[in-house]
Amino acid sequence: MFELIGITPQVLFGQLLLGLINGSFYAILSLGLAVIFGLLNIINFTHGAQYMLGAFAAWMLLNYAGIGYWWALLLAPLIVGALAIVAERLLISRLYKLDHLYGLLLTFGLALVIQGLFRNYYGASGLPYAIPPLLSGGHNLGFMFLPNYRGWVVVASLTVCLTTWYMIEKTRLGSYLRAATENPVLTEAFGINVPRLVTLTYAFGVALAAFAGVLAAPIYSVNPNMGADIIIVVFAVVVIGGMGSILGSIITGFGLGLIEGLTKVFYPEISATVIFIIMAIVLLIKPAGLFGRAT
Amino acid sequence: MAETARNVAQADPAPQLAVENLHAWYGESHVLHGVTFAVKPGEVVTLLGRNGAGKTTTLKSIIGIVGRRTGSIAFAGTETIGMVSRAIARLGIAYVPEERGIYASLNVEENLMLPPQVRPGGFTVEQIFELFPNLRERLASQGTKLSGGEQQMLAIARILRTGARTLLLDEPTEGLAPVIIQQIGRTLARLKQEGFTIVLVEQNFRFAQSVADRHYIVEQGRVIDMIANDELDANHDKLQTYLGV
Amino acid sequence: MANVSTTVAAGVAPASGGDRTRTLHRAIFIGLALMLAVAPFLVYPVFLMKVLCFALFACAFNLLLGFGGLMSFGHAAYFGMASYVSAHAAKVWGLTPELAILAGTAVAMVLGAVFGALAVRRKGIYFAMVTLALAQMVYFLSVQAPFTGGEDGIQAVPRGRLLGLISFADDRVLYYFVMAVFMGGLLLIYRVIHSPFGQVCKAIRENEPRAISLGYRPLHYKLAMFVLSAGLAGLAGATKAIVFQLASLTDVHWSMSGEPVLMTLIGGIGTVFGPIAGALVVVSMQNYLAHLGAWVTVVQGGIFILAVLIFREGIVGFIAGRLKQQL
Repeated sequence: MFELIGITPQVLFGQLLLGLINGSFYAILSLGLAVIFGLLNIINFTHGAQYMLGAFAAWMLLNYAGIGYWWALLLAPLIVGALAIVAERLLISRLYKLDHLYGLLLTFGLALVIQGLFRNYYGASGLPYAIPPLLSGGHNLGFMFLPNYRGWVVVASLTVCLTTWYMIEKTRLGSYLRAATENPVLTEAFGINVPRLVTLTYAFGVALAAFAGVLAAPIYSVNPNMGADIIIVVFAVVVIGGMGSILGSIITGFGLGLIEGLTKVFYPEISATVIFIIMAIVLLIKPAGLFGRAT
Repeated sequence: MAETARNVAQADPAPQLAVENLHAWYGESHVLHGVTFAVKPGEVVTLLGRNGAGKTTTLKSIIGIVGRRTGSIAFAGTETIGMVSRAIARLGIAYVPEERGIYASLNVEENLMLPPQVRPGGFTVEQIFELFPNLRERLASQGTKLSGGEQQMLAIARILRTGARTLLLDEPTEGLAPVIIQQIGRTLARLKQEGFTIVLVEQNFRFAQSVADRHYIVEQGRVIDMIANDELDANHDKLQTYLGV
Repeated sequence: MANVSTTVAAGVAPASGGDRTRTLHRAIFIGLALMLAVAPFLVYPVFLMKVLCFALFACAFNLLLGFGGLMSFGHAAYFGMASYVSAHAAKVWGLTPELAILAGTAVAMVLGAVFGALAVRRKGIYFAMVTLALAQMVYFLSVQAPFTGGEDGIQAVPRGRLLGLISFADDRVLYYFVMAVFMGGLLLIYRVIHSPFGQVCKAIRENEPRAISLGYRPLHYKLAMFVLSAGLAGLAGATKAIVFQLASLTDVHWSMSGEPVLMTLIGGIGTVFGPIAGALVVVSMQNYLAHLGAWVTVVQGGIFILAVLIFREGIVGFIAGRLKQQL
């Protein structure tokens, strides 16, 4: 059957796997954007830069401190999350009473600063980051060759996404978050420290981005522009999915990654733009997004 | 006539809640123009008045969710005018907003368990189910899928858990069927019996009469009169002018 | 979204006596024209032309944000696409510069009509993300499409002769043409803002449900505003391609979309003259700091942050607040 359409299963499944990997990053990043947007009402333009910071944190931990991949997977999100707390307290928290667009402008400025600084020190060409030994090599599944690291990325990101979903939808802390998202004033009037919840939520969303950055480091080279390129695609993902639903963000992220992969097989000319085209179609048919409520 | 209120405030050595010359603003608009009244421990008082008189704003000011407020609000001797709402809540005041404030994104159980305990000795979940048996069966429902009456019960139930002994209730009977209003009335009577201090905003004058010790009349952002519950019938004409009923 | 412009323009008193304001604006227009007429004898004309092109670009962006309440984060698409079309028309088709610029502007308006029809379906932050994403699509297409010249862009675009008669080889001659384009664009924007159409847009921005209940169709008005803004951004980009004899990927890159945003923010969102001041500041800064490389981005980002935190009214907004006049 594959031969009939001139595509080998290796090519098809290889591209699907690549799509799934991109989808993993879309899912984690759009999930973080959605969580932050829900409570802070700002679109975190710095998200891409923070994803890049996660990758750089892993690279720095390895090259300056000799700390390897597995620890970096834990430490990089903590470090970048701590920086996010500083940014939220010092800068972003001053904007909550203003129009949401100011949050976009401020985080855009912050992204320019971070990306500019890293371009100055590390140049625009990428730095290599090796796949951890435990995950090097791969398995021949018969219909395709599966590199272990890529399989790991998909599993790890799915786990993180579903854990996040569980935490928000099923735990006590998550109910605080949902309550503060829905009615911050009343939630605070019950004695709950909403400003601290806001700070921690921002840090958590950013830590997710940094985690994605560490996952990405061995696949893409670590470079200052890696976040700027992906964040705009993630914005489109967010517009397609709508930011109202956690599971919606995850499904949309993985789904669009797969579609992108398929496009690379069947119609490679539009593979770079297919997500934007889907966004345009969704805007025509369901402007609020697939999982969004009308605003 | 604000003197009357002040006299009451001074007569009692330790009011649970003493509001003095309270001013409040929404953005540029000045809503409260010097509200003064006091509530003794264990007392149930109502704020009566026409729509827009400032009753709801008074409650919101006490719990600290009005943009700007000046004057004095002393709770058990602690001045709260400069405090954020969560600090005020943690002193032991709990609030049920007019629109009940049930969260759509939380189920009934989560709504019930949301407000943190601020004082020991709050109702246990079992005691709450005794008071409001309907809630037990609806625990897994989405909060806003409940009927209006059930939502009001949930709104009261969840603050009883917290251990707060001073309650601010904004129109708990609004839009409810008579049988539900009766149930809420019984609940308030029980809370009064147990020594809760309650400030009630009410439009339902009969309901107010059935539960309260005293009534403060609010007009144009001020407390203009106070009528004890047992003098209410004697002052019926005066009240009619105030409320325009 | 409550609108940015009203929060910013809060310091601006309502026009006290429309006549006085109109007289003041006329005086500013005349003063501006005189200054621009003398400027090339004092300052390097190519620099001035750059300022004027970006000032027009920023004014176009500000028309949409400040008076339409819509923040586009993808205006590079119209600026850049017009730049490509104008360069291509002048170089490959051999059109005279004014026709090349018109072609670029027309394409930008068509593109604006298509993207605008999609984007106005969302508001606020979503609108910004949609416009950014659509502009990124244009960027990817520009990378792939053969006529854009890929990484090299379209170079050595002939400046040509105006109407086939007046040579633009001399910077100063070209300068007066660019000045005319700029003043024309600015006057058009001014006319639009003060037209009945502009008033309806203002009403929609301030209270959309109310405008709907009055029988207006907000989407139509927003789209019209969007097309106009895209067209003017295109006019700026097309003119820039002739001036610098170059159209490249830089013109369609997302960072180009950030330029008018920054200029407008610095100058004063929702003011008529603010974006011009903002463009002067930003272009000067880029020129002076050009040797610092990527530090320019850092400085620009820092200015973004500071402007948002402590100087939201912008230069002209600040002056307007002091004078209690709309500027």
